[in-house]
Amino acid sequence: MSTNAPTQTDPDTGEELHDVRLHVNGIVHQVRIPGRRLLSDALRHDLGLTGTHVGCEHGVCGACTVLLEGKPVRACLMFAVSAAGQELTTVEGLAAPDGRLGPVQQAFKECHGLQCGFCTPGFLTTITAGLRDNPDPTEDEAREMIGGNLCRCTGYQNIVSAVCRAAEIARLEPEGEQA
Amino acid sequence: MKPAPFSYSRPTTLEEALADLAADPDAKVLAGGQSLVPLLSMRLAAPSALVDINAVPGLDHVRADEEGVRVGALARHAAVMADPAARRVQPLVSLALERVAHPTIRNRGTTVGSLVHADASAEMPVVLVLLGGSITAASATGTRTIEAADLYVGPLESTLRHDEIATEAFFPALPDDAGVAFDEIARRHGDYALCGVAAVVRADEAGTITSVRAGYLSVSDLPTVVDLSEAFAAGAVDEASLDAAADLALASLEPAADIHATADYRAHLARVLTKRVVRQAHDDCTARREGDA
Ligand SMILES: Cc1cc2nc3c(=O)[nH]c(=O)nc-3n(C[C@H](O)[C@H](O)[C@H](O)COP(=O)(O)OP(=O)(O)OC[C@H]3O[C@@H](n4cnc5c(N)ncnc54)[C@H](O)[C@@H]3O)c2cc1C
Ligand code: FES
Ligand code: FES
Repeated sequence: MSTNAPTQTDPDTGEELHDVRLHVNGIVHQVRIPGRRLLSDALRHDLGLTGTHVGCEHGVCGACTVLLEGKPVRACLMFAVSAAGQELTTVEGLAAPDGRLGPVQQAFKECHGLQCGFCTPGFLTTITAGLRDNPDPTEDEAREMIGGNLCRCTGYQNIVSAVCRAAEIARLEPEGEQA
Repeated sequence: MKPAPFSYSRPTTLEEALADLAADPDAKVLAGGQSLVPLLSMRLAAPSALVDINAVPGLDHVRADEEGVRVGALARHAAVMADPAARRVQPLVSLALERVAHPTIRNRGTTVGSLVHADASAEMPVVLVLLGGSITAASATGTRTIEAADLYVGPLESTLRHDEIATEAFFPALPDDAGVAFDEIARRHGDYALCGVAAVVRADEAGTITSVRAGYLSVSDLPTVVDLSEAFAAGAVDEASLDAAADLALASLEPAADIHATADYRAHLARVLTKRVVRQAHDDCTARREGDA
């Protein structure tokens, strides 16, 4: 049996529409969308989660990076229908439930890791996953971690510092034990 | 820009996926989407249907035994690269994968998708040809094996038929008497290479070279493999034999110019990389023998 078969056609355009359940930051959303809706657009336009930014729309800049089952992926290179039922985390999901900044966010703030902030959501998601795999990166490993994300403002030095600082914060305040 | 409308199916069996594909000659397979989605968004392609194979079970395997490494259609680059048995059985696969895009792209892009996308500037097609690997192709009418040597026929063009799904790629194991190396020059780490070279060097018990083959990416329209053995007829790797090998390679290549590099610059890179990579593969061959001893 095919999953995610179209359930409706758009009365204006005749385009097939799919009913899709998107699991984002622990909340389940039901949307009715065409197969061609990019995940980045579904997050921004259908769910109003505009923290995920869209720069290049062909996988190069990294601004749209979200976590799919915990792993960073380009939201502009996936269709929302393909993400049905899988756990997604956007930048909005990185803060603590009470709104306090997560370790990577806190480190970006302390180290001036952003200027205009356009690229920042993609860096935050990428680094969050990167530090989970490698909690104590060297400076070179920090550079490698962010190598797929483009920033037009910062020159990257402060972002590299923020990766190292975030690792430090996470070590001092392990997840779930933050006072 | 956004993709043009298409009808989307997400079959949960291979049979159904093949039926969906056979039903529409304009349908395309969607695997990792890391090459296809940009093409759709730029409207360089507008297929009428996409058959998303990501829900088909049993296609995400990476298996390595003494024959070689078998990679399923849904095995992501990252999973293949991280597989310790695959790395041991055929180290060239993971060496090349480390140069495919960035970790985030490798989380989603599939190795088989990269092979059938048939981009001459991609790393994996030339590795498959160099190693003499193959692809298993399934269709509603049966299954066949396509040898790497018969797979690539033009820029972005393979002999896979539109109604076929490549279910598995096979990379033969590294023989005991061989060593490998891979290197490329890109404008930035993670970008497509301006030129890349992979090499397999074989030597006998005494350390005398018996064969040297090199594969070139981003140089010609097709992934190209050149037999450089005759440059090493004397059996050793030295400056003179490496120069002769580079001459031999360039006689078989027609470096192309694009906005990133002139043809002359590409030829220069091919020369420098040939010498570097053959030397490294020879060192690797020696090290493996010593490691065995
Ligand atoms: C920013 C960026 C940088 C990149 N850099 C590199 C790089 O340096 N080197 C490199 O090699 N690649 C690079 N890539 C491409 C990446 O490696 C892709 O993973 C790969 O080219 C295609 O694999 P995919 O699974 O994403 O295939 P898709 O994009 O899903 O499909 C690609 C094509 O293959 C067909 N196809 C896919 N799987 C099958 C199958 N099983 N059977 C039949 N047809 C199939 C599709 O129909 C489509 O025509 C880059 C991509 C991006 C976005
Ligand atoms: S918007 Fe997705 S990578 Fe640039
Ligand atoms: S802070 Fe402006 S693009 Fe990175």
